[in-house]
Amino acid sequence: MKADIKIKVCMGTGGVAAGGADVIRAFKNKLKTAGIKASVERHCSLHKVGCRGLCAKDVLVDVIIDGNKTTYQDIKPDMVSGIVKEHIIEGNPIIDWTVGDEYHNFHRKQIKVVLSDCGDIDPEDISAYIAVGGYEATKKVLTSMTPEETIEVIKKSGLRGRGGAGFPTGLKWELGRKAQSEQKYIICNADEGDPGAFMDRSVVEGNPHAVIEGMIIGAYSISADRGYVYIRAEYPLAVERLRRALDQARKNKFLGKNILGTGFDFDIKIKLGAGAFVCGEETALIASIEGQRGMPRAKPPYPVQKGLWGNPTVINNVETLANIPYIIRKGAEWFSSFGTEKSKGTKVFALTGKVKNTGLIEVPMGISLREIIYDIGGGIEGDRAFKAVQTGGPSGGCIPAELIDIKVDFESLAQVGSIVGSGGMVVLDETDCMVNIAKFFLEFTQSESCGKCTPCRVGTKRLLEILERITSGDGKEDDIELLEALSNDIKATSLCGLGQTAPNPVLSTIKYFRHEYDAHIKDKKCPAKVCKHLLAYSIIDEFCKGCGACKRVCPAGAITGEKKKAHTIDPDLCIKCGACFEICKFNAVGKG
Amino acid sequence: MITLIIDGQKITVPEGTSVLDAAKKLEIPIPTLCHHPKLSPYGGCRLCIVEIKGMARPVTSCTTPVNEGMEVTTTSPYIERLRRTVLDLLLTDHPNDCMVCEKAGDCTLQELAYFYGLRELRFQGEKRIYTKRDGNPFIERDTEKCILCGKCVRICDEIQGVGAIDFAYRGFKAKICPPHEKDLDCEFCGQCVAVCPTGALTGKMWALKGRQKDIREIDTICPYCGCGCNLTLHVRRNKVIRVSSKEDTVNEGWLCAKGRFSYGFINSPERLTKPLIRIAPKESSEFGVRSSGLNSSLVTRHTSHFKEVSWDEALDYVAERLRDIKEKHSPDAIGALASARCTNEENYLFQKFMRAVIGTNNIDHCARY
Repeated sequence: MKADIKIKVCMGTGGVAAGGADVIRAFKNKLKTAGIKASVERHCSLHKVGCRGLCAKDVLVDVIIDGNKTTYQDIKPDMVSGIVKEHIIEGNPIIDWTVGDEYHNFHRKQIKVVLSDCGDIDPEDISAYIAVGGYEATKKVLTSMTPEETIEVIKKSGLRGRGGAGFPTGLKWELGRKAQSEQKYIICNADEGDPGAFMDRSVVEGNPHAVIEGMIIGAYSISADRGYVYIRAEYPLAVERLRRALDQARKNKFLGKNILGTGFDFDIKIKLGAGAFVCGEETALIASIEGQRGMPRAKPPYPVQKGLWGNPTVINNVETLANIPYIIRKGAEWFSSFGTEKSKGTKVFALTGKVKNTGLIEVPMGISLREIIYDIGGGIEGDRAFKAVQTGGPSGGCIPAELIDIKVDFESLAQVGSIVGSGGMVVLDETDCMVNIAKFFLEFTQSESCGKCTPCRVGTKRLLEILERITSGDGKEDDIELLEALSNDIKATSLCGLGQTAPNPVLSTIKYFRHEYDAHIKDKKCPAKVCKHLLAYSIIDEFCKGCGACKRVCPAGAITGEKKKAHTIDPDLCIKCGACFEICKFNAVGKG
Repeated sequence: MITLIIDGQKITVPEGTSVLDAAKKLEIPIPTLCHHPKLSPYGGCRLCIVEIKGMARPVTSCTTPVNEGMEVTTTSPYIERLRRTVLDLLLTDHPNDCMVCEKAGDCTLQELAYFYGLRELRFQGEKRIYTKRDGNPFIERDTEKCILCGKCVRICDEIQGVGAIDFAYRGFKAKICPPHEKDLDCEFCGQCVAVCPTGALTGKMWALKGRQKDIREIDTICPYCGCGCNLTLHVRRNKVIRVSSKEDTVNEGWLCAKGRFSYGFINSPERLTKPLIRIAPKESSEFGVRSSGLNSSLVTRHTSHFKEVSWDEALDYVAERLRDIKEKHSPDAIGALASARCTNEENYLFQKFMRAVIGTNNIDHCARY
């Protein structure tokens, strides 16, 4: 047996959560016991790789024999022996376990730049990155380009910040270059905190060297000799892989003194964030690195004028930086061939919520929402009706079903009251209550407000309280107007991006789903049947078999009835926990 | 120098001046709760927002530096509406118990609520409730009245260099407290109390003694050390009930714990107000009976008593005794200790007196031992 066998197991966060480590262990054991170790010892290699995107089908495993790749989905450790026996030993792939159309559709409309190597290379091995062209961009820039030329390439590529605001990266670097100071810094913002977002996490976990390379090139362009990666401590795998990658980069002379013999010095420190959402705001992030409480300050001066310890500082997002080496390697024209006129390149999104294929996707800017949800996402779970999609997390807004053909780029989303943001995309269907969604995001922003400025600290609390009373049936006639007025005032008066965008989910849900607010307030009904206080449970006599299951499960003793006769629920005793609804096998419990 | 236009008026100010300070020069009032001229700009309360031509959104005038040709509008129906909302929000989370608040009449929040006529609030909701009271002896912290302007945090850090308090928690639960929410254990300079715009920080000993409208202000100099800090005594019914200091003084309004809180001696029944001369008991010798054991000198002191005399008598007595000692035992039998509470001039005179008049070098100072 002389075959060259490679096995790649997804060990991104999704993969790890689905049991990737056990799958790897099972492969090691089975290969050993099958005696393959002896015969193919030098040829058979087992890799962990970063996120493959389709987290819904994790653990994903590639088995590559002599270049022929077979991808398996939903692999559990007990399936490994079958793969080893039938596929690796006997050469017959187990078709039933391989990925289906969904996997291929999921990838078909994606264009991968940032994620091109993610999920393919071992993120813990620098040689794997170098083998696919890694650090070539660093060599090229450091040995044959001036900082000005480098900045020119980035400007020409049209790359805009992927952290949310979309500021042109080349322009930011140019400002950093022009800032006069002996000490300058470059910071990678990996403090990804939006609920439902895991783009930056996956990039750092799957391809940390691309981020490091982006930072080296950025540092060279602005003449910084020190860099920080501000990353959440809640991302232990990302931190570990980044730490390992930094060590390897130092050993290979890509970091440290006199990089590649060019006389350029640069090194990177990791600073762990303590899990404050507001620390993703750049001035709060700087305060946090300085050891202060993470609270934003007024701009100007901007960090590029006066940043970390008062020195000019360029802050770029993970995805922005991970784009850099590919742009340098393949050229500005190549990069700007993707996307729209004003939004160039691709964008990574974390597709979550009620779609069939949840996961990490990278699409060209300007792709339609429909393509993302139906082609890549595979449509709505259970083929229910699509209702809206929340982009940009708690700072963004919802886009209703009627706007599904909208292009996903910075300008188009802003026009309809949402944002691209950092790239969270939560898909909602007919079973989601939009008032409840607004409340969910407000709960988040309220508890994450730093407390510095009044409108954000108290204003979001009052917004949340109004939403709470609407969802619990105590909404008042003029509450919608009050929400709108307060939202607009909070947006206008808040200090930082957190407060300025926190009311967006409220405003956009009112804009597109005002009727749902009205139903809650005037009719005391929740159309999606989500808001507990607005629901009434009752037993439908003709379906009830009198089995007594609901009576036994009811914690409030609200259900009475004789055996084999229709039961009844006493609405005064009912606490609306929904236990009877869950347990009834005959659909005899109705809610509404 | 930078020239800009504020509400149609032209003004030229040095580069780096804030829009708020520039407006102040034109005597244009802009409301603020978190700004203090001697502390770093903060931009937290959001009341000082103004509109600047060419800027998409209102900006806080305290944090915005002036620019050449800038056109600023400090008041408009829109800006006033926003300020009103901010104040409304602050008051929804405030006890609004002005009738029993120490700070009533001297409270910036109350003042603003008055000028904005905020009797009815548009919003209602949860208020922060803190039942814990601080066990320290000087500073009363009523966190429910705190509007999180952060002035106390900044003065403690930037001026006092102590950093005894900071922000803790997030969102609506954000509060200012010492580390781990322990009782305040600091220098008790009370600087934080002096800058607090509401009744969140007050002096413990000020409670129920009288509010700002009840007092007469009397300026004086602190008697505690040679620094000579300016004090303003708050006097009610001829009693000092509080001490503050004005900003345009040598000490810039800053005081220490002694200057601010240690005025209790003024009305102490034990305070000496006239010179006393000790009358030795008849049965004992001048220096006490030393034969009856270790504690006898104490016994003697207890049995001695004092006689009230005039300053002339007292000074004559001291002069006479010093002269006696000098003649009988030489000048070096006399030593003197000066006080850190005296001015430099007084201490200079004292050593001059010892050296030139008494004739000894035995002069020292309490701060040296």
